[in-house]
Amino acid sequence: MKHKTFFWFVFPSVLAMLLFIAFPIVSVVIQSLHVAHEQVIITVQNCGPFGCTDSTKIDTDATAALRAAEPLGRWAGLTTYFDRGHLATNEVAHAWATATSLPDFLGRLINLPFYKAMFFTLTFTAIVTPLTLIFGFAIAVAVNSAAKSLRGPLIFFTLLPMIVTPLVGSLILFWMVDARGIVGTLLQWAAGDPDLSVKASTPLMWAMLMVYGVWHSAPFAFIVYYAGLQTVNKETLEAAVVDGASRWERIRYVVLPHLLPLTTFIALIQLMDNFRVFEPIVSFSAQAHATSLSWAIYNDLGGETQQLSSAAATSVLTILCIALLLTPVLVRTWRDFARK
Amino acid sequence: MKIWKTAAFATAIALLNGTTAMAACGITEGRISVVGNEFPAIQSIAKRMGDCAATGVELKSNLTADHQKINVAGMQGNPAEYTSAIIANSSIVALINEDVIRPLDDLMATYGAAIPDSQKIVIDGKVMAVAFMANAQTLAYRQDVLAQIGVEPPKTYEDLLAAAKLIRDQGIMANPVGGSYAAGWNLAQEFVNMYLGYGGAFFAPGTAEVSINNAQGVDALNMMKSLSEYMNPDFLTHDSNATQAEWEAGNVALMNMWGSRMQNLMDDQGSEPVVYENTKVAGPMTVGGGTSPATTLWWDGWTVAKNVSDADAAATFQAMAYASSPDILTPETMNQAVWLLAGYTPDAVSEGVLAAVSAGTTPYPMLPYIGLLHTALGDNLADFLQGKESAEQALADAEAAYSTAAREKGFLK
Repeated sequence: MKHKTFFWFVFPSVLAMLLFIAFPIVSVVIQSLHVAHEQVIITVQNCGPFGCTDSTKIDTDATAALRAAEPLGRWAGLTTYFDRGHLATNEVAHAWATATSLPDFLGRLINLPFYKAMFFTLTFTAIVTPLTLIFGFAIAVAVNSAAKSLRGPLIFFTLLPMIVTPLVGSLILFWMVDARGIVGTLLQWAAGDPDLSVKASTPLMWAMLMVYGVWHSAPFAFIVYYAGLQTVNKETLEAAVVDGASRWERIRYVVLPHLLPLTTFIALIQLMDNFRVFEPIVSFSAQAHATSLSWAIYNDLGGETQQLSSAAATSVLTILCIALLLTPVLVRTWRDFARK
Repeated sequence: MKIWKTAAFATAIALLNGTTAMAACGITEGRISVVGNEFPAIQSIAKRMGDCAATGVELKSNLTADHQKINVAGMQGNPAEYTSAIIANSSIVALINEDVIRPLDDLMATYGAAIPDSQKIVIDGKVMAVAFMANAQTLAYRQDVLAQIGVEPPKTYEDLLAAAKLIRDQGIMANPVGGSYAAGWNLAQEFVNMYLGYGGAFFAPGTAEVSINNAQGVDALNMMKSLSEYMNPDFLTHDSNATQAEWEAGNVALMNMWGSRMQNLMDDQGSEPVVYENTKVAGPMTVGGGTSPATTLWWDGWTVAKNVSDADAAATFQAMAYASSPDILTPETMNQAVWLLAGYTPDAVSEGVLAAVSAGTTPYPMLPYIGLLHTALGDNLADFLQGKESAEQALADAEAAYSTAAREKGFLK
């Protein structure tokens, strides 16, 4: 392809990526380096239906003047990144210096909002991603060996969890595991404990969030693997049969190596998706038990006073973490590419 | 011919209605766009605003439980998307902080002669909002269950705990206490109630320096934990909707609940007669021998956006004044709220809120930084209620989270 043709070919997508991905990220980075102006507080009298009280108020005129002078707010550098709501360097150093043992230190670390969110997010990603791959592959192999006439409906039903909107899907599961829901009651019966409640226990809540995560993303892995299975070389498979390979050996030595690039692709997408786990935490009202970085951003912006700089700093940290997490997969892809 | 006649008659009626409505509301042009919470009283106001429809008038309302997430952003543009936000004493603070609502004194002089002073929210000498209803969390109880254990409706939280123990011990209900304890805003609100009930103060006077890690704070948390032991184990996921469902399912006999929701509990929708016929409302409870009830007073009112043309502001003011005038009171709307309007006659459902007003309950504080503390409390108190950490640690965490946020927002140095 000529350079000029190539340029005009990719120009629309480059423009869209600049406008909708690159510029917003730049703006988020700038936001995260600034904090709000010092508020000018005055004491005034407030009166209403319940009488009068002396109360404080922001002097809006004085604040407007400050804003006009510095529209972005005060320059804060990296202070927001290192404050207690984010990397909490001072608090971590203090915990390290005063902790009596390693578990004590870890306990204090997880008490800090950023590390609490990271602990859940990383556990979620580490457990859900491989399970998604395994389940997706198993379903794909099963559907692929079903009778041709059954495959259409099977594929449709298998894809349903992915089609259902995440918020709705997790809400349905939330009601099912309620102490009075069908799954919740079944669990109580199975455990022989009438007081068992999934929503009241942190480990069970985590398990439920992860079950939801796998349930929601396994269809994606399935459909990609299923498409991949259609491209497996039939002659190689037949040759393997002639050589006396069992079904498991055929999968292990013929199918799996063939699907490895797809596995890398799914792992890449799933790592990114799982790291941004958000909807189930909101739908399950799970914030007492589990928080994630995306949830922290939502929480900063959802309060009566919005914390834009804090949310921006968490966003930048999320981007950095995802980049870090993807490095091994990207390095591998690059090596494969360079080898060819 | 007959069809034609009917159609003409219908049109004439419609035209006539149109003219009377215009006369009633007095607006011929302008843009009116309202954002607000979603509960019966506000829905009635939005419905009555529909009378202001006329050819030159653009009328919109967006009522949603997520109103506070969108009202600031929707009023910051110029011209603002929303010409009015219906808010409460907590959420007006965010609008004042961002300077997006206009003082109403001039509009009040021209169009608001009928609005009494008691409805005006005056901040620093300027009318910033017009309140139309009062709200408070008060006691709801099951008359039949209390009769069965032979106990009067509790006046204090200590009495409530004793009654709850009796109900459980007699095997009437396993978890007789209800409460909106969902981690986040609801849980923080319950702490605010309880902390004020113990006589606590949130900030060093006149400053944004928080001080909640004290004896009152620990007492408040311990009382909440004692209450939670009589609640459904899922209590940290129960917002007021879920708590209402628990009540209507007949699982709960005692709870502290919003006055604006009592009518839903007492109507025949969603529960058995034994539940709704025995649901009664009483004044808020005190705690720890305190004199002021462990609850907060709220008002709901309307504002007018700053970044809209004077013509739109005038139209909005008139439409809101019309929609929330005493004429809104009909047998249907009378019990939807404790209206702060002339001609309002309270029914049994409103006794709780009125008792809260007359008991001298503290209004929810209208401070620029209270929203940050509310968020910090909502994020940090659940760990204590789950037994993961001590009350002092939870309060220290909330203080630290608040201080970090307050520094970022410029309230603290």
